Amino acid sequence: MKFLHNKRVLTLVILLVFSVLVAGCGQDTGSSGTESKDDGGQQAAAPSEKVLIWGRGGDSSGLDPANVTDGESAKVTINIYDGLVKYQRDSTEVAPALAVDWETSEDGKTWTFNLREGVKFHDGTDFDADDVVFNFERWMNEDHEYHIGGTFDYWGYMFGGYPGVVESVTAVDQYTVEFKLASPMATFIANVAMFPFGIASPEAVKEHGEDYFKNPVGTGPFKFVEWAPDDKVVLVKNENYWGEQAKLDQLIFRSIPDNATRLMELQSGTIDIMDGITPDDVATIKNDDNYQLTLRPSMNVGYLAMNTEKEPFDDPKVRKAVNMAINKKEIINAFFAGLAKTAKNPLPPSLWGYNDAIEEYKFDPAQAKSLLAEAGFPNGFKTTLWAMPVPRPYFPQPQKIGEAMQANLAEIGIEAEIVSHDWTTYLDKTEHGEHDMAMLGWTGDNGDPDNFLYVLLDKDNAVAPAGNIAFYKNDELHDLLIEAQQEMDQDVRADLYKQAQVIIHEDAPWVPMSHSTPPIASKKTVSGYVPHPTGVEPLDTVDIQ
Amino acid sequence: MLSYIFRRLLMIIPVLIGVSILAFLLIHLIPGDPAVAMLGERATPERIAHLEEVLGLDDPLYVQYGRFMGQILQGDFGRSIHSNSPVLWEMGQRFPATIELTIAAMIIAIVVGMGAGIISAVKPYSIFDHISMGTALVGVSMPIFWLGLMLIYLFGVKLGLLPPSGRLDVTIDLETVTNIYVLDAIITGNWVALKDALRHLIMPAVALGTIPMAMIARMTRSSMLEVMRQDFVRTARAKGLPEKTIVFRHALKNAFLPVLTVIGLQFGYLLGGAVMTEWIFSWPGIGRWMFMAIGARDFPIVQGGILLIATVFVFVNLIVDVLYSYVDPRIRYD
Repeated sequence: MKFLHNKRVLTLVILLVFSVLVAGCGQDTGSSGTESKDDGGQQAAAPSEKVLIWGRGGDSSGLDPANVTDGESAKVTINIYDGLVKYQRDSTEVAPALAVDWETSEDGKTWTFNLREGVKFHDGTDFDADDVVFNFERWMNEDHEYHIGGTFDYWGYMFGGYPGVVESVTAVDQYTVEFKLASPMATFIANVAMFPFGIASPEAVKEHGEDYFKNPVGTGPFKFVEWAPDDKVVLVKNENYWGEQAKLDQLIFRSIPDNATRLMELQSGTIDIMDGITPDDVATIKNDDNYQLTLRPSMNVGYLAMNTEKEPFDDPKVRKAVNMAINKKEIINAFFAGLAKTAKNPLPPSLWGYNDAIEEYKFDPAQAKSLLAEAGFPNGFKTTLWAMPVPRPYFPQPQKIGEAMQANLAEIGIEAEIVSHDWTTYLDKTEHGEHDMAMLGWTGDNGDPDNFLYVLLDKDNAVAPAGNIAFYKNDELHDLLIEAQQEMDQDVRADLYKQAQVIIHEDAPWVPMSHSTPPIASKKTVSGYVPHPTGVEPLDTVDIQ
Repeated sequence: MLSYIFRRLLMIIPVLIGVSILAFLLIHLIPGDPAVAMLGERATPERIAHLEEVLGLDDPLYVQYGRFMGQILQGDFGRSIHSNSPVLWEMGQRFPATIELTIAAMIIAIVVGMGAGIISAVKPYSIFDHISMGTALVGVSMPIFWLGLMLIYLFGVKLGLLPPSGRLDVTIDLETVTNIYVLDAIITGNWVALKDALRHLIMPAVALGTIPMAMIARMTRSSMLEVMRQDFVRTARAKGLPEKTIVFRHALKNAFLPVLTVIGLQFGYLLGGAVMTEWIFSWPGIGRWMFMAIGARDFPIVQGGILLIATVFVFVNLIVDVLYSYVDPRIRYD
């Protein structure tokens, strides 16, 4: 009896809650669809407020730029922070930001920056040379009191460790900072412009310590308001910005992991702009007048690396044969929705130093077959082809692309078995050279050719865990790349990189496949959006009607 | 009863130790380490070595396990390798979302499932019985991602009745207390947020509730059918009791035990996070969180998350066992 009584109460409660649920849905059925969706938004934000909602696949891992490595974090932090310098809106040329100008000594070992005056952090504190010193020392000195909250990965990576190439950072006066380097570094200024090196408010860093990653304070065009993990990050316009003020009042990043759901969010008007579009959906967006497609300039390369330490790929003839066997054009049309260029060099064509004189290996199965015969494989051979398990900007549909390559190779008698693992395992195993051939790619960090050629093809990086997963070693190339690292004159460097590309082309350790231009879809009402080659950009120029 | 509950709670300790060892070993034995996962294409030998040193991943496994357990005993679940945020904080941000979704899904599953089961049992082999059991079969076999996408397409895009995904319209301000948005909206009297949160809950709750709903419906029906054939039901009928009384007071109460077991198990499963539903509906719960953490080899999160899920599961089982004795007074725990 007692139970029955409880049960009745329980049923009543359940029914009540359920009816509220149904009512929540039902109340809106009267009004038209689009109106009902908008009313939620307008109740909170005043009608005149301009709010842009960006839909993306993942959440930020943290909002302290010095301690993140992922694009989803960078996408947000670049709006909150300014660096000493920044990239131009549409290229990787360096422009002033918190520094108005800078100069370098003749030996390339001293850099002096003159800072902008009258800049305030979002917490109201003033910005000056001491803040720059604090930030750089925090990043580079492992024994710094506030070298906490993460592993400061990009610093070590771009500047060669902790402290790396930087010997000292000093405030010469309130608005002048001087860097002393241990050796000249051609990429120094391009590195300083990268998103991880946004200047944080020292007061905020000290106040929040390990928890600074969720309390970011910079000087950028947007201020941080709220972060609900895996859900949303909310920023508002910085009314006291030193530059031109942002056009949007609010900028909200929503995490919508599923690609199909994200597109449907755009179609139902609940987000304004999205990235991570599958090639299959490109046509849907193109054919709809309500949306526009913007292409991000390519600063990436997708490639098939051949493990030059393993037979038969130790023979350049075999590698050239593979280059001629794969029909890149067809693959790009089929699996990139045409949104990519075929690659002939490891460098994307937008980068200075790109060698356009190089002649691409033409798709020619007959010639490939005879090259194989010359190399002693008239009947081909068996091997493995590793295909990535996850889409990346440079390979949007890696499994299908792998299968297409497999079919191409079969034509010349190479029987390639497709191998795949989960992403982390895949990276781990390819870095240790377990593959024969493996698909991988790269998105540039700082727009410098060194960041492609040295990282991906120098013999220094052909040691496991390797960045050079072709395990390609060429001393002549190595000498050129090292020389270019220490040369300060960009024209001379461009020449050196052009020579380097000739050597790489001759040795053919890769099949350079594609330079993709990842699409971003937005409502027609969104204007002023300029996608940056590095993959992240401040959204202060974006407007919405 | 109290001493029984106390004993059961004590038993949680060895269970959790076992689970923690298992979780620790599993995640460490699969290939790929967190440094590689974190650095992606940008891993260099120096960077990997540096990270492993900073994160203490170069210590032997038993040292790492000892450190992990030592922290846990002090109530410190550590920090995420990937984001350096405290695991407990991350959990606190996501578990309420999972609780909210689970309760909503189970309410739908229980109300609809038991309702359909009871009617089917009262009128076996009727048209309603065939339809509802047929639907239940489809429900059990339907892939959630497909159902979810279809729901979003129909109600979100085509009809525009419901928001496609997420927990709350991002432009609505809601002061969070418990992080269970429906509850927070009621506590703070924010009716705009309440309505919006409920509207966001409907589709994922239906998608997630489908399988438990079907299981509950089938279990209710078969258990009810069995009871309805028993002598005491015939006696009740002979006494001339109204059918309603027979079904709800006599039969259902006796048929409820196996149904309760199913409900309890499903509740436990769902509280462990529903990766597919959370993924499709952009629901920031622990299923998605754990899924990403496993991919990133984020050991502290995986370990902390598994401990949480195991604890919840054990508790739900305990509650179900205690409920048994209320449903069936013959069951006693002494």
